[in-house]
Amino acid sequence: MKRLEEKIFKILMIGSTMLILSVLLYILFVIMKKGLPSLSWEMISQIPSGGFYLGKEGGILNAIMGSLYLIFFSVLISLMISVPVVMYLNFTLRRKSRLAAFARLTFDVLFGIPSIVYGAFGFTVMIFFGLQTSLLGGIIAISLLIIPVMIRSIDEVAILIPSELIEATKSLGATNYETIKVITRQLLPGISTAVLLSVGRGIGDAATVLFTAGYTDSIPTSLTQPAASLPLAIFFQLSSPVEEVQNRAYAAALILTIIILTLSFAARYFSRRLSKNKI
Amino acid sequence: MELMTPPLIVKQPKPIEKETADCHKPHIEVENLNLYIQNNHILKNINMAIPDKSITCIIGPSGCGKTTLLRTFNRLHDDSVDVKITGKLFVDCEDIYAKDTEVTHIRKKMGLLAQRPCSLPMSIIDNVVYGPRIHGVRGKRKLYEIARHQLHAVGLWDEVKDRLKSPASKLSIGQQQRLCLARGLAVEPEIILGDEATSALDPISSKTIEELFLSLKDKYTIVLVTHTLRQAKRIADYVAFMYLGELIEFGTADQVFNHPKHKLTKEYISGGFS
Repeated sequence: MKRLEEKIFKILMIGSTMLILSVLLYILFVIMKKGLPSLSWEMISQIPSGGFYLGKEGGILNAIMGSLYLIFFSVLISLMISVPVVMYLNFTLRRKSRLAAFARLTFDVLFGIPSIVYGAFGFTVMIFFGLQTSLLGGIIAISLLIIPVMIRSIDEVAILIPSELIEATKSLGATNYETIKVITRQLLPGISTAVLLSVGRGIGDAATVLFTAGYTDSIPTSLTQPAASLPLAIFFQLSSPVEEVQNRAYAAALILTIIILTLSFAARYFSRRLSKNKI
Repeated sequence: MELMTPPLIVKQPKPIEKETADCHKPHIEVENLNLYIQNNHILKNINMAIPDKSITCIIGPSGCGKTTLLRTFNRLHDDSVDVKITGKLFVDCEDIYAKDTEVTHIRKKMGLLAQRPCSLPMSIIDNVVYGPRIHGVRGKRKLYEIARHQLHAVGLWDEVKDRLKSPASKLSIGQQQRLCLARGLAVEPEIILGDEATSALDPISSKTIEELFLSLKDKYTIVLVTHTLRQAKRIADYVAFMYLGELIEFGTADQVFNHPKHKLTKEYISGGFS
């Protein structure tokens, strides 16, 4: 009886892992199969020309650059907000503080809000400030989207930092600022995971940027210009009736996947190097 | 000294100074210290004088306020909002709870050894020189010399000299505790505070630490909180016995262990309760 139970659960575990893996691999396979033939140097080095959406020449450099701008600045902004918030929650407030518990609950709720809501919210904020669809609007909306992700994943690591570490530095006569430096160093693995997760969430999201960053065929040169993004490029091309354009959507998806993969490998490598040297 | 014992609360008008002939000026002097955590009276009217260059052990059952008392010496309660402290605490005749006393200056005078060693997230050598570095010591050569000197002092040099750059967390827990001691010594303190500094260690490591304390007491005033009576018997010069937030008895090790004045002390020492 006991052994049967063990067996059933083992099969269940293996089965669900296999299921999810095969779905993921299938997605990758489809993207590769349909996207690889259309992927060309032209595609990643040019902006769309007149007839691009009808299957003529041009590329999606506008969307690639737009996405990179959007994610870079939103991650930067989110980091500047999230790290102090986590510090406050963990090291200024007491561990069992009600405010901290409430804040964590709020972040969990924000975590689960669909991205289109952030897009709509960002849109109303933009209207309030008289902004049009722009890179800035997109950055704000994506920041709102990824801040909860970031806070919660840094928080997971910060919770584990023993209060003895703080006491150890303080008892050596360290000021608050010096203590924070040591804590930040201890937080680095958490921060790099947080950046990874939020890049993944932010760069692949179409709904947040739909109203806020808009879409354009040129590469933005200032914060007030609209910016294209890869998810929207995929979306628009997929809805085209021309088959060649549809295939380009898969190529765009492939590019997006490669960007995310590169970023995550880079982040892993970076954090491993850091932890080898210093931690 | 005359002995008039009122029911539980023993008055402690600095007994050491009268008792020992070769008494030094008290290094740490506690005057009418009371500590409250959220209206709970944790430390009740503590008066004690801890002499210079000796080992003082604070003993007592769990939850009697030993650790809390030790932490007041270092002002580690500063960051807890619901802790209220009244009374005076002098270190080198300076009231450390006075308004204009700078806290980093006080803490620099004391090295704290926690129950579990807590190495900083950096290399072995950086751990040792962290203190000097934040207090403004510069120069690679100088810092290296400090590290070498302090690691020698705690007997860790030969074990780590070939891997000073590797992370401190790779050391065994006993080595880490010695590293923490070296780190504390590197800021050139006058006082070493130990909060059950050997309780998480294996017997051999804790013996090493005990021997270190004995060798360091010529230069430093050492105050230890300990759970193990045997340890206190082995190394203490002076013993403070606490019970339910009160200081019941304070005296030389010989006096407290062999001729305890108070009934509670007698019971605790003979293992009547713990």
